[in-house]
Amino acid sequence: MSAHVAVMSAESLSSPTLSAATRAEITRSLACYPNRRSAILPVLWAMQRELGWLSPGALREAARIIGLSDSEVFGIATFYTMFNLKPVGRHHLQVCMTLSCSLMGADRLFRHLENKLGIGHGETTRDGRFTLRRVECLAACGGAPCLQSNFDYHENLDERAVDRLLETLE
Amino acid sequence: MRGPLLFADIDTPGLPTIDVYKKGGGYAMPAAVLGKKTADEVIEIVKLSGLRGRGGAGFPAGLKWSFVPKASPKPRYLVCNADESEPGTFKDRELMEKNPHLLIEGMILAGYAIGSHVGYIYLRGEFDYIQRILDRAIAEARAAGLLGANVAGSGYAFDIHTHLGAGAYICGEETALLSSLEGYRGQPRLKPPFPAVEGLYACPTVVNNTETLMNVPHILKHGAAWYRQWGTEKSPGTKIFSVSGPVVRPGNYEVALGTPLRNLIDETCGGMKPGFKLKAVIPGGSSVPLLPASQADTPLDYESMNAVGTFLGSGGVIVIDEGTCIVDALWNITRFYEHESCGKCTPCREGTYWMSEVLERLEHGKGKASDITLLADLADNILGKSFCALGDAAAMPVQGALNHFRAEFEHHVTHHGCLANRRRDEIAAMAGAAS
Repeated sequence: MSAHVAVMSAESLSSPTLSAATRAEITRSLACYPNRRSAILPVLWAMQRELGWLSPGALREAARIIGLSDSEVFGIATFYTMFNLKPVGRHHLQVCMTLSCSLMGADRLFRHLENKLGIGHGETTRDGRFTLRRVECLAACGGAPCLQSNFDYHENLDERAVDRLLETLE
Repeated sequence: MRGPLLFADIDTPGLPTIDVYKKGGGYAMPAAVLGKKTADEVIEIVKLSGLRGRGGAGFPAGLKWSFVPKASPKPRYLVCNADESEPGTFKDRELMEKNPHLLIEGMILAGYAIGSHVGYIYLRGEFDYIQRILDRAIAEARAAGLLGANVAGSGYAFDIHTHLGAGAYICGEETALLSSLEGYRGQPRLKPPFPAVEGLYACPTVVNNTETLMNVPHILKHGAAWYRQWGTEKSPGTKIFSVSGPVVRPGNYEVALGTPLRNLIDETCGGMKPGFKLKAVIPGGSSVPLLPASQADTPLDYESMNAVGTFLGSGGVIVIDEGTCIVDALWNITRFYEHESCGKCTPCREGTYWMSEVLERLEHGKGKASDITLLADLADNILGKSFCALGDAAAMPVQGALNHFRAEFEHHVTHHGCLANRRRDEIAAMAGAAS
């Protein structure tokens, strides 16, 4: 499993201020299970949706909400690849590299994106617009090669289609 | 019509809304079944239908339901496995996106059969938009009295919650899924005890795949004999196959079990793309051994696939063309399992890493003759030696490739390169970038 190194600045260690909507979502999640612990993934998702990433301070806040130790929550957050443990760009481009996509040109597509954006795997453009990442199968193999920009699927891509897509992502 | 059963009406506009779903005959079953048939009668019909789990293992669904202890005072749980993480498989995504109410209806009926009052749908993290579709449909069903304290006026209580994973292939394995749903790292548990006895929160739990559950309303509506008009004696019904790779029309197709694999590729999918020739097929998701083109006439059913040394699996059919290097394709698959191994069991955690290393040097023409036996030895030392099936899933494709395409591995050793590889330039660039 890939773990990302967290940025340990004073700001990232402080508890985040969550919106009323996120607080309400967390309360709703807690009601879905017979124990609080089951809500850890929903809580982390709710926080990441609002904050964009999960700082050490955010993970501590999640631990406090659920009633777990900080280390348990850090262990959970680093197990799952979709939790961003460092800031990401506004558009998180996750390019599928698994077999069906690879057969249909995923490696070429990824290199095109690297060249075009001037960043590699796991890196973010200086303007904070894009983060590029190689990921494993996205369950869109019939539309290979594919990528997810944040949660949006884009399928049957080639270099030209990707160029057009990048223009639409501000 | 794209298929005889689950795909018969899949493209109906507005089907995700309850009104359109009901207009097509949806949600007739809760009123007809709950309180009118006993739970045992429901289980018996599903047993007679021969419906087998569509997630990969092919275990008889009715039999699985019957394992839930009748006398247990604990709550029982129904969990829909919608993790859909097996590479090559993308059917559940389309099924849930286009017909969420059929899944809800299937879960109501399955929940009733096992005496459960709460169901969870565990979705892979990437399916955020599917979660929103399902949550909307669940809210509609609650408002219509089809979920909640008194389902369809029967007095039976049942509700459903969706749960989003966060990026981990292993969570498609049922015990790892339950660990994840309980709020732990998604690591598998030793079986037995099986989930039917001790599953979610140590309570009796049935975990069924999305497609399996969506067959249930049809079976209860029309009966077991009707369902058996498709398929074979031991593999009844239809199955959705997700076809990917260089074919003319990749996509999801519902066909009767027992249909020859070649018909699916040549007729349903329009054959290979111009300029591509069939070399091999992975018939059931990346975990299963591939078949050479010479075995493409094998019928798509559980028994026929086992007879040629592979599995029907999840129905993820990955088509590989003559221009593709088998060592390269296998290296891709092995990298996947190396990345996704949860790290719990040594044979899987270390073995997947070493298989990737060996395949990388073979692919780049730097392998030795002894690497081929080393690869076979690694696969043999992973198979059957880990808690869950992830290790087996990593080992079996290696064994299949060595069985059918050993000469290609030997060519890499003797000629320091691929027999054929249309991706040669891409791979050279990857090697350059890595060094």
